[in-house]
Amino acid sequence: MLADPGKDAASADAAAVRLSAARPGDKGVIVDVRAESHPGDHGVDVSELQRRLLEFGFVEGARIEVLHEGAIWRDPIAVRLDDMRIGLRRRDAEDVWVQLDPR
Amino acid sequence: MSDIALPTARIALVGNPNSGKTALFNALTGSRQKVANYAGVTVERKEGQVATPNGRSLSVLDLPGTYSLRARSPDEVVTRDAVLGKLAGETPPDVLVCVADATNLRLVLRLILELKAVGRPMVLALNMYDIAQRQGLRIDLDGLAREIGCPIVTTVATRKRGIEDLVAQVEALIEAGGLNADNTWREPDAGQIRDAHREAQRILKAHVRAPERPDTFTGKVDGVLLHPVAGLLILLTLLFVMFQAVFTWSKAAGDLMTDGFTAVGVFVAAHLPPGMLTSFLTDGVISGVGSVIVFLPQILVLFFFIILLEDFGYMARAAFLMDRIMGGAGLHGRAFIPLLSSFACAIPGIMATRVIDNKRDRLTTIMVAPLMTCSARIPVYTLIISAFIPNRSVLGVLNLPGLVMFGLYATGILSALGVSFITRRLFWRGAVEPFLMELPAYKLPDPVNVLRSLYIRGKIFITRAGTIIFPMMILVWFLSSFPGAPAGATDPAINYSLAGRIGHFLAPVLAPIGFNWQMTVALIPGFAAREVAVAALGTVYAIGNADAAPGALATTLQHNWSIATGLAFLAWYVFAPQCASTIGVVKRETNSWLWPAVMLVYMTSLAYLAALIVYQVARACGLG
Repeated sequence: MLADPGKDAASADAAAVRLSAARPGDKGVIVDVRAESHPGDHGVDVSELQRRLLEFGFVEGARIEVLHEGAIWRDPIAVRLDDMRIGLRRRDAEDVWVQLDPR
Repeated sequence: MSDIALPTARIALVGNPNSGKTALFNALTGSRQKVANYAGVTVERKEGQVATPNGRSLSVLDLPGTYSLRARSPDEVVTRDAVLGKLAGETPPDVLVCVADATNLRLVLRLILELKAVGRPMVLALNMYDIAQRQGLRIDLDGLAREIGCPIVTTVATRKRGIEDLVAQVEALIEAGGLNADNTWREPDAGQIRDAHREAQRILKAHVRAPERPDTFTGKVDGVLLHPVAGLLILLTLLFVMFQAVFTWSKAAGDLMTDGFTAVGVFVAAHLPPGMLTSFLTDGVISGVGSVIVFLPQILVLFFFIILLEDFGYMARAAFLMDRIMGGAGLHGRAFIPLLSSFACAIPGIMATRVIDNKRDRLTTIMVAPLMTCSARIPVYTLIISAFIPNRSVLGVLNLPGLVMFGLYATGILSALGVSFITRRLFWRGAVEPFLMELPAYKLPDPVNVLRSLYIRGKIFITRAGTIIFPMMILVWFLSSFPGAPAGATDPAINYSLAGRIGHFLAPVLAPIGFNWQMTVALIPGFAAREVAVAALGTVYAIGNADAAPGALATTLQHNWSIATGLAFLAWYVFAPQCASTIGVVKRETNSWLWPAVMLVYMTSLAYLAALIVYQVARACGLG
């Protein structure tokens, strides 16, 4: 779950967080979708995961809000992405960076 | 009708999952549809016919739903190849009909951009247009049509609105003829997907105005159904109600069918001279096929619930709620539905694993599905429990036989989770596929569509299961009938047959788990289907009509078996692959003999081990 400090320079300046760390009620705008976390740990390679996320609409500029989370380890999460609802696991959401709205 | 017969044209329906594509397919083709498989792959191929007012015949192919032409599962490979006209054994479609949920256009716009690159003539069907209107969603149809460069038709598939319009547009495109342009589609990289989204966003902004009354119903319902605690409780309650319904609603119909098959068997036996042919018809064909067809009512009730929940939009939520629980055992959230179906019968369960994209996830699910307690085990469990488990209460409220039954179900579930966990750890390391699933807006299921889907499911079960079961039944009947008993024989005829010989031969192997030779012999015909073991035990112990009056058989077993043997037999039946049809379906769904062989070996080993432990422990406790 820990971010690699070297790679996060671009995201660390603002209040961007990984979607995997967001809680229900958090909302904001997607600022970056990467292909780097846990290679070999998703069943597909990271660039394939990135393309799947992009295809589902996890793209820079999309509005996102975390709606629900599962009972066990708060996983998976359900998000509202623009006008769709999507369920995904936190581990697959690590490379989605969200600029949270001020609460 | 025109004077000249126009050639049949082919159209293919493409679209995102949950776009109402199947409802539109049903509205177009009515009952003139055929379900089969695509050549060489286990992907369902749905085709139907529609006649245009001009007398042209259209053949409509309902392609599996997809978000992209970049195929990731066998289903999506079929969609991509069919759209590109590269699918082996299929004529390329003349016109593509892209089906879109009018209230959810963002992702489908990106798919449309991909489809445009293929260069085939295309119509966009904006389905569920009534919901869009109710929400006050404004779509500039002319502008949108100009922008994407293809005609747009608005449809409400469930009310058959816009269907004639759609057919007319398709026909106009056919008459215009030929490919629009060359195929320039290439698999997009991340950058191109981003560009396509930007383009889709621009088109949306220019031609679609956000709904005035957006759907708040889905959000409210999700607040309850996806609640971490309440959601799980509701899911469990739903499952409980489903199982109650599966076993109570279908009981009368199932009993009626059992009686029917018995009556037909008796009728045939009474009107044909006794001999091999009569034995083949009554013991082989009628009782064999009957033993599987009697599960049809249960399967239909189960599928009724599954289709209802699917159409309502709940199944994606069930997968969401179960994902972590199943994921702990290395199963995908989508494995939930196939495993659920396996409680009625593993055959539809294994057929339902097609919804799982990843091959390993799917194989794991297929491998553990028969461990779920299917309803064919119930007659065996009931017989042994009534013979060996005293009917007394435990802690005042619980009843011991019921508790044992519950324990057998729980053992099945836990061992399925355990086997999948171990498979994942030892053989297929590496993570499960990403879990990314659209949670569609809730919609009231349309009764006609539900019934039609139910009819199709039932038909598929009968034809597919029937074609696999039939040869298996003949094999088992042959083993149990040949050679016949010699003249003056005193033992039941089965003792002299091949099955009897195999049973006697195997008896020493099964002695350590407490099985006598009668049980071993009964296990051979019991391979036809689990509940056949009850009748087979009746045969070896020479008790007529053991199915109808299990009481006499239970008494005989009490006298002939020790309690330890009875318990070991129960343990054996939790695991043993005593169902030739399941093995046949696994062969069919995996396209290889390797996986059925693996299943046979691992389940038999587990059964032996479990029976061995139970028997030896029970003996040590003085129950031998």
